[in-house]
Amino acid sequence: MKNISASNPAEDQAKEQASKLSVYVSSSPHVHSTEDVPWIMRQVIYALIPGALVGVYFFGIPALKVIALAVVSCVVMEALWQKLTGNPITIKDGSAVLTGLLLAMNLPSGAPWWLVVIGSLVAIIIAKQLFGGIGNNPFNPALVGRVFLLISFPVAMTTWPEPRSFFSQAADATTGATPLGALKTAIFEHGTIAAAPGMNLMDPFLGNVGGSLGEISALALILGGIYLIARRIITWHIPVVYIATVAVLTGILWLVNPEGYASPAFHLVAGGLMLGAFFMATDMVTSPITNTGKVVFAAGCGVITVVIRLWGGYPEGVSFAILIMNAFVPLINRATRPTKFGAVR
Amino acid sequence: MKTFKGGIHPPEEKQLVKDNPIVDFPLSSRYHVLVQQHLGAPAKPVVKAGDEVKKGQVLSEPLGFVSVPVHAPTSGRVKEIGRIVHPVTGLLAPCIVIDADGRDEWAEGLPLERDPFAMSREELLDAIKTAGVVGMGGATFPTHVKLSPPKDKTIDTFIVNGAECEPYLSSDHRLMLEQPERVLKGAGVIMKALGLDRATIAIEANKPDAIKLMREKAPAEIQVETLKVKYPQGAEKQLINALTGREVPSGGLPMDVGAVVQNAGTCAAVWDACARGIPLIERITSVTGRGIVQPKNIRVRVGTLLREVIDFCGGLNGAAKIIFGGPMMGIAQFTQDIAIMKGTSGVLVLREEDTNITAYSACISCGRCVEACPMELIPSVLSKLGEKGMYQKAMENNLLDCVECGSCTYVCPANRPIVHFVKHLKALSRAASAKK
Repeated sequence: MKNISASNPAEDQAKEQASKLSVYVSSSPHVHSTEDVPWIMRQVIYALIPGALVGVYFFGIPALKVIALAVVSCVVMEALWQKLTGNPITIKDGSAVLTGLLLAMNLPSGAPWWLVVIGSLVAIIIAKQLFGGIGNNPFNPALVGRVFLLISFPVAMTTWPEPRSFFSQAADATTGATPLGALKTAIFEHGTIAAAPGMNLMDPFLGNVGGSLGEISALALILGGIYLIARRIITWHIPVVYIATVAVLTGILWLVNPEGYASPAFHLVAGGLMLGAFFMATDMVTSPITNTGKVVFAAGCGVITVVIRLWGGYPEGVSFAILIMNAFVPLINRATRPTKFGAVR
Repeated sequence: MKTFKGGIHPPEEKQLVKDNPIVDFPLSSRYHVLVQQHLGAPAKPVVKAGDEVKKGQVLSEPLGFVSVPVHAPTSGRVKEIGRIVHPVTGLLAPCIVIDADGRDEWAEGLPLERDPFAMSREELLDAIKTAGVVGMGGATFPTHVKLSPPKDKTIDTFIVNGAECEPYLSSDHRLMLEQPERVLKGAGVIMKALGLDRATIAIEANKPDAIKLMREKAPAEIQVETLKVKYPQGAEKQLINALTGREVPSGGLPMDVGAVVQNAGTCAAVWDACARGIPLIERITSVTGRGIVQPKNIRVRVGTLLREVIDFCGGLNGAAKIIFGGPMMGIAQFTQDIAIMKGTSGVLVLREEDTNITAYSACISCGRCVEACPMELIPSVLSKLGEKGMYQKAMENNLLDCVECGSCTYVCPANRPIVHFVKHLKALSRAASAKK
């Protein structure tokens, strides 16, 4: 029988070595999923690439410049702010890159450089860092930036270059209206949607329309959204309920009065609904934590979007709708707490 | 396939050790038997330095009903009543140090031969308590207490827990494969003690060989159920829920829904105690992980030093964390000079790349913890309250319902140590109520 604890010099020395054990001691669990915050941010960025590419295809190099400038200025502002305030610099988490990309996708491709920089400043400093940085902002930073610009610089924010193929961008770009803008003007001036030009569905589905550089192609955004759901970054609840609410409400009105209201199909593909439903309303920090809460939140977004589009002063209501519902998230979270296991029901 | 709501599916990592047959750990020259190896009231040493002891001899006397004795793992002489780091608390705790005489002689009359099915319920419970049997899945609650429900509780369900849902570990798996009779006969004894005529043995689907063997060997009254591979499938409340649909009420015990759950290893220990009078002095433990040179399943005596166990398995190789138990609920150790206990289901050695030692960041409210929580809590809120030490607010948020399974912490993309915060909050609330 081997006597393990017997004493001999060599063994004692080995023991001495082993007793200088250098290990980590911490609470369980000791293993962790590989899916961390930077990974999640990367997945969302990947999912936005199709939509961004369509924007670059139809709006050319200016769109690419807006994207690059927004991303760089968001990252630089976050780093600068954190350096100046003596906080750890967290730009590696990818959230500032994502905010920059989302902001750019919500801007017209012809946005001048100062507009992009101001938008980034508002998004990163005012909407995010002043509230305490990642995780603590009640409102979606990119949307705060966009809405700030829309209210402060309405002309620059609604000057929409016409889409053209990337390979025919020789002459100076002309500007025109977005489908929803044209619709609003037609109803306002003529009282009927029949006066609105180009109400076809295929162009906004593919992206061959005026609009914010990242919102024009419903198809590209849906593909990105499906990727996010398949990767389990987001659940189906917010996009499906948001889109379904818009479809049902506009559908009812269209059935009642097809002269006065555009079809639900048009409302789904036009404007920023797909970008909003898949990428903006699903922002984890500013949306409810439970699935029930997400359904409530998304339905609210849908209702407000339709109300603004049909009866509001702006042709598009997605940004406002999401920001307004962001404010309700704490209440929704409180109202939709799950019933704990073993609760006396 | 049966399961519960919530939970996670971490990499199983059982391939490292699951096919290694159980090997006997050789006799050591010295054992450190902790006096407190169970959950509940303390026990008091009944031997003193210099006493000769025989294998299986009682070393301590339980103080109270919810308490059990410990026994000598071999024959020899009591060196001292010393102190050693307790693997659960990390504090020095009393232990009985025994110098083995190498003869490994049983105490008089052991092991005996008797028919447990001819014994009365009281005799069985007494045999189980006398043998120091505790829950061997890791919780170490005295088994005789679980088998003694108050008169107003009707028990109609007995579940043998063979889920072994912790990644890496295979000790219950090997036990069921190599010694199925001990498990099944022990289950039969427990059925008799509970006055039941049927039982269920529940095994996760990742152990098809054990499921097949149990189906072949099990008598008609013991049903074998396959469970979905999902953590924490073997947690008592989740297991009962998966098999019966019942929910153990918040703050309650399994007996409140008529259920008793015993780990497969506990069943085997019950058989030894009742049929042969053998106390719980050894157990099967998986020594595994990529930080140990030769992962093994060992039959090891209680009181064996971790240092010897590691040597026996080829030594450490890039060890960054040494854990008693599994990676989800096990306890990280800071020294090798600790002893194997009755509840040590595994010794897991992780390398730096297998574990998680990065800093955490702010909660991004992604909701993954809510999805993962088998108790249907909101762990993110508990973690934020934990950062601030707000235990009263945390109790309003169901702090005490948390079973610390670690599912939320595993999935948290911000790497927040939610279980750590929960433990901290629970300690604060205990300290506050102790002051009152």
